[in-house]
Amino acid sequence: MDGIHDMGGMDGFGKVEPEANEPVFHAPWEGRVLALQRAMGYAGAWAIDMSRAAQERLPPQVYLTASYYQRWALAMEHNIIERGYAGEDEIAGGHALRAGKPLRRKLTTEVIKDGMTRGSFFRQAQAPARFKPGDRVRTKNIHPTTHTRLPRYARGRVGVVALAHGCHAFPDAVALDQGDNPQWLYTVVFDGRELWGPDTDPTLKVSIDAFEPYLDPA
Amino acid sequence: MAQHEDQHEQGSELSDVQLRVRALETVLTEKGYIDPAALDLIIETYETKIGPHNGARVIAKAWSDPAFKRALLEDASKAVRTLGHESRVGDHLVAVENTPRLHNMIVCTLCSCYPWEVLGLPPVWYKSAPYRSRAVKDPRGVLADFGVKLPKDTEIRVWDSTAETRYVVLPMRPPGTDGWSEERLAQLVTRDCMIGTGLPKNPGEVA
Repeated sequence: MDGIHDMGGMDGFGKVEPEANEPVFHAPWEGRVLALQRAMGYAGAWAIDMSRAAQERLPPQVYLTASYYQRWALAMEHNIIERGYAGEDEIAGGHALRAGKPLRRKLTTEVIKDGMTRGSFFRQAQAPARFKPGDRVRTKNIHPTTHTRLPRYARGRVGVVALAHGCHAFPDAVALDQGDNPQWLYTVVFDGRELWGPDTDPTLKVSIDAFEPYLDPA
Repeated sequence: MAQHEDQHEQGSELSDVQLRVRALETVLTEKGYIDPAALDLIIETYETKIGPHNGARVIAKAWSDPAFKRALLEDASKAVRTLGHESRVGDHLVAVENTPRLHNMIVCTLCSCYPWEVLGLPPVWYKSAPYRSRAVKDPRGVLADFGVKLPKDTEIRVWDSTAETRYVVLPMRPPGTDGWSEERLAQLVTRDCMIGTGLPKNPGEVA
């Protein structure tokens, strides 16, 4: 969706302000949110794309004013309720009122190593790859109202395939509960001027990682 | 925002968000989905074990061992896996090399994708609107915010992490470090130089 989360190229947000000696978490609840998300992901409650999609659907004014882990918490609540893992009444009351739904597995201290390993997004290819490094491609000018990983600033632009990353689960489908719908993934490099116009710093090149359905030959 | 929260949480009342998160955890525990002891371990691991020091080890090894550097640039997931980190690396890590003519910078404009396995959790600025909006359009301006100025003709290559591939920058080894051990070299490797918003420290800055 053309949401507030798609920030590449927007003006007006000001300077980047690094914090000296930044702590890992700024408050204990942030760590709890991160760990809850990790544990529910491990259990197979929802895919990471569903978390991203839920954040993107937050009202823009909420997205911009909530802190990072607040956004995570809001998205998690949304997925818990929407997917029937708990009711709004239970969260409001702070206790379970009904039995839980069965989940694939549970993250316990015994399997913590497994839980700390990043899952693989490689999937079995359904068709041969259409592109290879060196190919010129044009990104599609698409504006789905649902989750996509093709940023606005890189739509309808000509670039060159730099890397091929194999076949991956396709976030646009996963976020809609349509299964993995595996697609080839490429790094596509654009000249800065193709993205931002002729006055752009000529030394700039920007790449995105683009799934094959985002691309046409150019 | 962060400051506002801090002030809020220093009060005697528990903040709304804190209460809400506590309620979530209780409900999910009572439902049997999660084990709070596992949550404690995850937090402890990120607070004490996984961080930029993991990435620094990787970079220092690449600076000292040409075969490892080749392996890292060929398949970073595989190369890093051989070092046995606390958070085992997934399948999709890519290392990109800075040269005298090319400077790499990593961003995620759509959310906050970051190479957790080698750098730990991202700093707030990496997840912030200013960085996410400007890195792809005005990376030299962003570098200036970090006090970094590169030669005018250096190519700036920005990698927007829009899928599950994760990138880490292999910076240039600082001059004047001949004969240094990997441990000593690792002290020069900052988090920001592995994101591309900084450069490694100078040899004179470390003991």
